[in-house]
Amino acid sequence: MADRFFTKTHEWVRLEDDSAFIGITDYAQKELGDIVFVELPSVGEKLTQFSRFGTIESTKAASELYSPLSGEVTEVNNDLVNHPEWVNQDPYGKGWMVKIKVDNRDEIANLLDEATYKNLIEKEA
Amino acid sequence: MKEKIIFQKSQKGRFTDYVTNPQISIFPPSHFIPQKLLREDLNLPSLGEGEVVRHYTNLSRLNYCVDTNFYPLGSCTMKYNPKVNEDLANLEEFLHIHPYQKEEDIQGTLELLYNLEKLLCEITGMERFSFQPSAGAHGELTGMLIVKAFHSLKREKRFKVIIPDSSHGTNPATASMCGYQVVVVESTKEGLVDIDKLRKLMDSSTAGIMLTCPNTLGIFEEKILDIREIVHRQGGLLYYDGANFNALLGITKPSLMGFDIVHLNLHKTFSTPHGSGGPGAGAVGVRKDLVPFLPVPLVDKKNDYYYLNYDLKHSIGKVRSFYGNFPVLVKTYAYLLRLGKEGLVRVAHNSVLNANYIREKLRDNYQLASSKRCMHEVVFSCKDKKEEYGVTALDLAKRLLDYGIHPPTMYFPLVVKEALMIEPTETESKETLDYFIEVMKRIDQEAKTKPSVLKDAPHTTFTKRVDEVSAARNPVLKWEEYGE
Repeated sequence: MADRFFTKTHEWVRLEDDSAFIGITDYAQKELGDIVFVELPSVGEKLTQFSRFGTIESTKAASELYSPLSGEVTEVNNDLVNHPEWVNQDPYGKGWMVKIKVDNRDEIANLLDEATYKNLIEKEA
Repeated sequence: MKEKIIFQKSQKGRFTDYVTNPQISIFPPSHFIPQKLLREDLNLPSLGEGEVVRHYTNLSRLNYCVDTNFYPLGSCTMKYNPKVNEDLANLEEFLHIHPYQKEEDIQGTLELLYNLEKLLCEITGMERFSFQPSAGAHGELTGMLIVKAFHSLKREKRFKVIIPDSSHGTNPATASMCGYQVVVVESTKEGLVDIDKLRKLMDSSTAGIMLTCPNTLGIFEEKILDIREIVHRQGGLLYYDGANFNALLGITKPSLMGFDIVHLNLHKTFSTPHGSGGPGAGAVGVRKDLVPFLPVPLVDKKNDYYYLNYDLKHSIGKVRSFYGNFPVLVKTYAYLLRLGKEGLVRVAHNSVLNANYIREKLRDNYQLASSKRCMHEVVFSCKDKKEEYGVTALDLAKRLLDYGIHPPTMYFPLVVKEALMIEPTETESKETLDYFIEVMKRIDQEAKTKPSVLKDAPHTTFTKRVDEVSAARNPVLKWEEYGE
């Protein structure tokens, strides 16, 4: 998928017009194990690239979530509060976390494409 | 649940007490308590004394503790706590004093605090200590508030704190609570702070670094003097997380490594029963020019008279009532006096020796997380076992319960996949260590030949494998909701 990019900290971002959906990768959910809690920002909050936007907790550990791009939060997947398991079941679909209005598309240059990300996780594993 | 809780055992109006009503007149509660505060519908269980005693005695027999079994919980220093400490902390003279008593009536107590502080200063190289913080994380908060006050007084705008990716989770939490932005410095393959990366991250907007040494991989930060140089040159401070100080007792001092602020987990390193929330003591020590920032009061001495000194110019204030968890301080003092300088060195030597014994004996069966020789704890990775046999660090830890051993710390530090962190402590005998090693080897065999035994473990405990995922996703917090 050409419109999907990744961070070194295992978040994905999918661009749609001037908006973007953000979540964590399949590799990340596998590494974390069963997700039990997701803490997300509120609509209207401003995120800057690579800054913390939330917390994700599994039975093993709590980890920070980092935003792949800068922008204002326009939608939050509040269903994850009651269904954290969706992050495990469908990390790129139902498990999306926030939708933002993208500030600056040039920031995409700081992200990884699918092939580079795949390389990274192969090295990590 | 097989064991009912006491409310479920309660029978309204149960009467097994055959004492005759003494027929004396007493004041009713309304004599002491305003009418609007009186309640009659107290939800107290109704049982006979014998039933209550049986209930709690039986529950206590389900306890697993360092007094019953081996407890190699990494980074927790579950050493044996000498019973004489308890006797001394329970001396009438300590037990019945009140923090509002006059100074002249509690000279002995103040003397103990004074002398203990001197000993901790000698051990760490710090100038003064505050005993107020109640636990390690509380000590961190106190220490970092001092860092903040120090920089603000100099009108320096510093908003970042550097923390290694192998740190205890409380470090970033503390920095964050103090309003700092957390900057993570990555570790090298050996698990040490990456000096080149640190050099790039450290700047004049960084307040300092929080460091545990030995770190959470049980490895001594060999480049500690370089770290000191990098941080100090930019005007930052070095904070020492004392979680792993057991390994260095009497061998070296945090001051010699360049640390400016230190917290010690007195309850861990200096032997007090701990876990599950205390009571603890996270004493905080500082170098000379930071003393005016410590919480008040400190115990000082003038003409052989001990007094409480509230006169600290830049004190961050109180972080807890009075002087901290005093009985823990008595136990610490007793421990230090009994061991003396030589004893402390032996503690450090043996804690390191025991961990390395386990490391060498198990390195062919379990993957080491670092090629460096360890200090007081050793970290293995079960990543290869997960890939080859489908058994995880969790399965292995659960299986240890069947052999009467408390599981090591799992999935920590976060930089190691499927981590098992083992800290045997100095108080375990070679026989106990050999038993543990034999069990670990046996479990390694089981992982290969019958992994289902690990998957379903534990088999022999009162409670079998618990559903941690459901527990975390749908916590049942009231017993009424649980049902029979």
